[in-house]
Amino acid sequence: MKEIYLDYAATTYVDGRVMDVMRPYFLETFANPSSFHTPGLQAKTAVADARGMIAKFLNCRADEIVFTSGGTESDNLAVVGIPRAHKARGKHVITSAIEHHAVLETLRYSQKIGEIELTILPVDTFGSISVNQLKQALRPDTVLVSIMTANNEIGTIQPIADIGRAILKWRKEQKTPYPYFHSDACQAAGVLDLDVEKLHVDLLTVSGSKIYGPKGVGILYVRRGTKIEPIIRGGGQEQNIRSGTENVSGIIGFAEAFRLMQEEKDTENARLTILRDRLVDGLLTIPKTRLNGHPVKRLPNSVNFSFLDIEGEAAVLYLDAEGIYCSTGSACASASLNPSHVILATGLSYEGAHGSLRFTLGKRTMPEDIERVITVMPSIVEKLRHMSPINLDMKYFTP
Amino acid sequence: MSSKISDIVTNPTTDGRSGDVVSTQKDKGWFYTDTVKEHFFHPKNFMDNEATYGEAAMGMVGSPACGDAMKIWIKVDPATERITDLKWKTFGCGSAIASTSMMSVMVTENGGVTLDEARKFRPQHIMERLGGLPARKVHCSVLGDKALRSAINDWYRKAGKTDKIEVEQGRIIDKVLKITDHDIEEAVLDGAYTLEKVQAKTKVGIGDPCCIPEVENLIRFYKEKYFGAE
Repeated sequence: MKEIYLDYAATTYVDGRVMDVMRPYFLETFANPSSFHTPGLQAKTAVADARGMIAKFLNCRADEIVFTSGGTESDNLAVVGIPRAHKARGKHVITSAIEHHAVLETLRYSQKIGEIELTILPVDTFGSISVNQLKQALRPDTVLVSIMTANNEIGTIQPIADIGRAILKWRKEQKTPYPYFHSDACQAAGVLDLDVEKLHVDLLTVSGSKIYGPKGVGILYVRRGTKIEPIIRGGGQEQNIRSGTENVSGIIGFAEAFRLMQEEKDTENARLTILRDRLVDGLLTIPKTRLNGHPVKRLPNSVNFSFLDIEGEAAVLYLDAEGIYCSTGSACASASLNPSHVILATGLSYEGAHGSLRFTLGKRTMPEDIERVITVMPSIVEKLRHMSPINLDMKYFTP
Repeated sequence: MSSKISDIVTNPTTDGRSGDVVSTQKDKGWFYTDTVKEHFFHPKNFMDNEATYGEAAMGMVGSPACGDAMKIWIKVDPATERITDLKWKTFGCGSAIASTSMMSVMVTENGGVTLDEARKFRPQHIMERLGGLPARKVHCSVLGDKALRSAINDWYRKAGKTDKIEVEQGRIIDKVLKITDHDIEEAVLDGAYTLEKVQAKTKVGIGDPCCIPEVENLIRFYKEKYFGAE
């Protein structure tokens, strides 16, 4: 039985070409970049080169890249570090209801301990944020806006450039540098254009583990002149924003992974869009099935369905037995017992949210894999529905 | 051969720690035991054709909004009051399906248990036979026995033995503080809709954090029951 991995949004494998460039940095160029000897300088140079390469793809300067331990740390640094550095100005932060937990839970904690006042914007039925609603939420004491570039669960792409422009306009009208604009681009990296000048962002999060790079390494882009308070203190690395010995091999791998993604982006996006649309068409033939997220403005590799009358975890396990690996936003698979906050935020009922499944495609996904899912899925849904005592109306799909 | 509750657990495993929960800290191997997997992938006694069970006694608990719902049909020998057949349908995750399946086996094996014995079934008996469940999955197994007791009441109702109908007693949720589901129900009726608010009223889960998932489920269940779905 061929194993079919359709959980690329959870994490990707590491590209062999990325591993190849990383290897010497474990064995030979392993010295500490802060050391003043020759191997130390070699490591320092390698990190600088990697930084320069990443900066080129983001259309920013090398000194605007801060290396971190991954997406969660970058998000924490942004949404904690900005309000702390600018508390004299105000403590209001705006975010959305469908952010990754690394943003949402961190901001909720800051709110709980009184560091910030938080506005959480709702989303529409497709998971999109309204730029107008965001404009209305802006206040003179707003110091930070954090909106993700594309959602990890339902794949909806947000109008980041429009939001960025609206914030620029507000700053101009109010004659203020506030608020700063952060976007978590973990799921968008390597798929969408992340030119920071086009997106008008001041901070941007990217993780290595979603771009066929190593886990445990990420970046936070911080626009020059943006004051940010560190959350990890120590030896003063990364311009004092993030202390700790540089993860040299990880940084080298991240840069190479990012480069490869940029190079192969257009052909891979076109290929995956065809496969994604075929999967949508195939699975929507199953009765009482809904596509979650935006019909058009979605990532080329991401789909999320709700199947009424069945529970997501049960479906994941039956698919697992078929060698098909995907994930669910169902309550039973989460520690909190609440179904996905993202799917509930789009207005879907608890009943509908419990039966949600996410399939995310990637470089190794082949057309026959998609056909296999389309062949196997109807009988799994049928079997679980046959076992289920409930027979819900389609109205549970309408908010 | 008579089967008492003490006999029902015929195959306890050390792995399941006598029906205790498996720690969420367990970070190796599969999430579920082989027994759970067997019952999940090859469920026993599930209701294939409801048309032939129109007359059977039936009980249902849970709701799709809560993420778990179970429906149980039983056939009973009126002379011996032994359960001769049990069929079920379950909406829920792997452990919910496996728990109902295992319960159907335990109730009907060895000639079936009597209604009195069946009433003494508790989730821990089912969990023990399953070789344990992950801690946060325990709540998935607590509905089956309730559905069974509801079906037993229905059978007595249909048999005209209304004196044998038993009202569900309050069930202890938090073993440390002895907080029952009725306490949680009262808290929800008092306007506590979140775990934090219910905890503020009852302290539930403070001494026994294992029960928190079930408390959350109950809060949602009672909230929906009294104030409607969101």
